[in-house]
Amino acid sequence: MAPSVGLPLAVLALPFVAFVLLAVVAPLRRAGRLAGLVSILAVGLAFAAALIVWARGLVVEATWTWLPADGGPIASVGLLVDSLTQAMLVLVTLVSLLVQIYSLAYLHDEPPASLGRYYTYQSLFAFSMLGLVLAPGFLQMFMFWELVGLCSYLLIGYWYERPAAARAAVKAFWITKLGDVGFIIGIVLLWSATGTFEFTELFEKAQAVSGLPLIMFLIYLGAVGKSAQFPLHVWLPDAMEGPTPVSALIHAATMVTAGVFMVTRAEPLFALVPAVLTLIAWVGAFTALLAATMACVEGDIKRVLAYSTVSQLGYMMAAAGAGAAQAGFLHLLTHGLFKALLFLAAGAVIHAVGTNDIFRMGGLFRAMPHTAIVFIVGTLALAGVPPLAGFFSKEAVLGGVWEAHLSGPFLMLALTALLTAFYMFRVVFITFFGRAHAAGHPHEAPWLMRAPLWILALLTILVGLRLAASGVEGHEEAPGWLAPLSVGLALVGFLLAWAMYQRGAIAPARVAAVLGPLDFMARRRYGLDALYAGLYRGIMLGFSRLIGWIDRYLVDGLVNVLSALTLRGGARLRGIQSGQAQDYVYGVAFGVLLLIVWAQLWR
Amino acid sequence: MIGLPAYLTLAALVFSIGLFGVLTRRNAVGILLGIELMLNAVNINLVAFARFSGNVTGLVFTLFTIAITVAEVAVGLAIVIAIFRVRRTVEADRLDLLRG
Repeated sequence: MAPSVGLPLAVLALPFVAFVLLAVVAPLRRAGRLAGLVSILAVGLAFAAALIVWARGLVVEATWTWLPADGGPIASVGLLVDSLTQAMLVLVTLVSLLVQIYSLAYLHDEPPASLGRYYTYQSLFAFSMLGLVLAPGFLQMFMFWELVGLCSYLLIGYWYERPAAARAAVKAFWITKLGDVGFIIGIVLLWSATGTFEFTELFEKAQAVSGLPLIMFLIYLGAVGKSAQFPLHVWLPDAMEGPTPVSALIHAATMVTAGVFMVTRAEPLFALVPAVLTLIAWVGAFTALLAATMACVEGDIKRVLAYSTVSQLGYMMAAAGAGAAQAGFLHLLTHGLFKALLFLAAGAVIHAVGTNDIFRMGGLFRAMPHTAIVFIVGTLALAGVPPLAGFFSKEAVLGGVWEAHLSGPFLMLALTALLTAFYMFRVVFITFFGRAHAAGHPHEAPWLMRAPLWILALLTILVGLRLAASGVEGHEEAPGWLAPLSVGLALVGFLLAWAMYQRGAIAPARVAAVLGPLDFMARRRYGLDALYAGLYRGIMLGFSRLIGWIDRYLVDGLVNVLSALTLRGGARLRGIQSGQAQDYVYGVAFGVLLLIVWAQLWR
Repeated sequence: MIGLPAYLTLAALVFSIGLFGVLTRRNAVGILLGIELMLNAVNINLVAFARFSGNVTGLVFTLFTIAITVAEVAVGLAIVIAIFRVRRTVEADRLDLLRG
């Protein structure tokens, strides 16, 4: 095998080997920390291989026949490495590695068997995500897409003894499945029109496909579910029931970006259907704004970050919809870094304080300066302050949307930028400054947790500086007033948060009163969760009850009637069997007589 | 000269009497006697046919039937005695072990 194929294959295979090892060798899995080390070693090696792939700029396209048939294979598997994949490989393995190291300290108190289970899932997740990224065709992508969804389910429900976690896991699974149904139908329709799943072939043949808008819309539905776009975003905040490192890895940096990645990967296809692209942009921008408003009223630090993730995913999707998929992808990469950083830092805070509620924290800067500094770095990056990574990617997204003449989405995204700065600094001020509310003595996290935080923080700064030095592709075309605008918006958000939560100049309650209906709706998540719950209860449970009634009374009733008839018939018939041989002989004789009579008459 | 139908009629009568005995006797020994009558009616038939068709096969067959009848009666009586030992009765009405 050529080395160019071997390297990406090694990236994919290493976590898989770790997963199989942990899944099959039970004593190793039950050993807990040892299992963690195996998993970390595998993903570390995968990271090294991914770095080599990235540094060498390997471009590979290799496929192997999977389902052979007359006239060419029906489906094939393979590897597709281009600049997109290289960057994703590095991001996925890097964040996986850091999160797995971090988890070793974060889940220190877990029983060993449970910890082993965690690392088994983690390895499976790394494998699935890498397989998704490397997929050269829709079919392989879909399979890994589902595997990733499975891992998400398993890891959200890691503490499955807690009912909330189990419910959240099921919710996440089902809601993403809702989108996946559209995805698979779209893939199959596309296949029946072109006869191939491979991206490169599809790009050539897609023009001739009739009904492409519908197909691409269905495929986009998959991204709506996975990347938590409105109206299927409700699962992501609930997914915060999982351990914090899981949220950082799956629900911020990697899995939820799979939808954006898919849209970026299939961009030549989406480019053929402008109507769907416009829809993607509008939905993305609307999601960004909606989630940002909900983040402003949330009191749970992880849920704020979750809504922020939904909001930023909206950004990426809006960029993809505006035809600036590269800008969206850049935002995906930078967001992966600083959102993982924010989540891990939030995890350190939760670890120290023992609660998710920001109003029960406060004044933590003095107790845990390292965590506070990296959290602020992440916040600045998310708010889009130069020269951190988030500024450039966010500006590229805004520029791309502006160039596409989508003024509606642009305004929504600009407003979101303001809100982003506001809600992030709100968390910063309440959590790290002000009066201390935390019970006990919060302490700084162990170095095993701090090291990944610092690495991510440094990377956020370095990537930002690198982008500042080299400039973003297509950046020159953006209007000159864009950079001051986006910095200005961030500044306004920051000042607003400062005035409300640090200085106390504006009482939050008064603002809430002025924005009464909005505040009311945002606190109730715009009734969407209630709507889904109602639909679930009304339609699903009603339908289930109907089916249950039919099963219990019609189907079972039929069976019961039949069995009762048989029983009664048997009871009647047993009376004939007197047990006396003479009666039987009588019957035989009578029968013979009848036969004779019949034979005579018949003749 | 008496013809074949007369023999057959006799055999039918004996068979019917035997069947009647089997069906109506309450005593197990009586039932066995009825079976004997039915078998002998068959024997009469066999002998009559042999005589009128000039074929000796029927005669030979009758000898076998008689031998088997003897064995059958012996076994039957043995069963009756065995039943009597267990159940203290040979009344057919009481013997309903086969009842469903």
